[in-house]
Amino acid sequence: MSLAMTGHLAKILNENQEALLEGWLGGMMSRMVRRDKAAEADIRQQATRFIPQVVKAVEKGQTYDFDAPAWSEVRQQLSEMSAARVRQGFSPTETATFIFSLKEPVFALLRQTLSDDPSALATEVTETGALFDRMGLFTVEEYQRGREQVIMRQQQELLELSTPVVQLWKDVLALPLIGTLDSARTQVVMENLLQKIIETGASIAIIDITGVPTVDTLVAQHLLKTVAAARLMGADCIISGIRPQIAQTIVHLGVNLEDVITKATLADAFLIALKRVGATVTRADQAN
Amino acid sequence: MERIPILKMGDLLLVTIQVDMHDRLAMTLQDDLTGRIVKDRARGVLIDISALDIVDSFIGRMISNTAAMARVLDARTVLVGMQPAVAITLVELGLTLHGVRTALNVEKGIALLQRLAD
Repeated sequence: MSLAMTGHLAKILNENQEALLEGWLGGMMSRMVRRDKAAEADIRQQATRFIPQVVKAVEKGQTYDFDAPAWSEVRQQLSEMSAARVRQGFSPTETATFIFSLKEPVFALLRQTLSDDPSALATEVTETGALFDRMGLFTVEEYQRGREQVIMRQQQELLELSTPVVQLWKDVLALPLIGTLDSARTQVVMENLLQKIIETGASIAIIDITGVPTVDTLVAQHLLKTVAAARLMGADCIISGIRPQIAQTIVHLGVNLEDVITKATLADAFLIALKRVGATVTRADQAN
Repeated sequence: MERIPILKMGDLLLVTIQVDMHDRLAMTLQDDLTGRIVKDRARGVLIDISALDIVDSFIGRMISNTAAMARVLDARTVLVGMQPAVAITLVELGLTLHGVRTALNVEKGIALLQRLAD
């Protein structure tokens, strides 16, 4: 990239910062779907910071190559902005509009300044256009990355939230499973259960699968693994909450649950567990 | 030569494994244990592995074999004190130690052996 060419953009941006800012903000605000005072002030502040940084990057790097080291500060500001907008609930279009609405006022200024040199104008417009497109894409990419981080965090939280181990009685634990069991979840479930067995010294654990929508061979295998691990720690497992369809599926799949005590409901499983630990439940009026 | 101590508690034998097992040690333990079961007329054997952070397929098989040998001599074996991480590893290895009874700790193991004897 030649000096003369990059010079135009830096000069135009530098000399017309105020006018550019107003034109830019005007264009941006008209395209914004949600508008409130706080968001406007935010955008104004980001825009005011952005133009000098672009000027600096062009002057320092003498290049329109957005990936060059000179542009690192611009890149950083854009990624911070995208991340903030993900949290505030902006759409990707709204986020990218920040960059794309700067195009128009810049092109207008270029046309004004280079009106007597059409070939230079054409080159400058192409180069600047490419630069802005690249910046816009970068913004969208960063936005996407922010979204993915949010999703990953939520997955992690879900994993931790959805596997409680509760103590029903002295020596009796219950593990109500909700949702599909995959390998990662089984691992967490297993660790939680074994840890709780150590903490409470429980001898029976009831695994309730009422909330598990489907049981395929993989899920069944994960369940059996959990049962086997608990057994190695000296605790017996009862699987309860098996719905009729699931019972059919298990038999059709040829899964062997013969070594495990299975019950249709959690209540039945609890009764068995109480019997095993030597406790009995009677109604108060009958006991008298 | 290093040996794993075998403690007598009434008609039970308690074996606490605290060091890494290797072939020679395992063979010695099986020799000692079968000898003691006969000599002391033990009815039950407790194998405590609470001090082991790692149990590989070799130790797993050794424990299974020892339990089977004890059964031949009419003594029940209970494996006690397995760490959660060890349990998960053994399950992932496919070693569920079928035929070996388990308990959470020595106390529960003794209770289990007494229940079995009744």
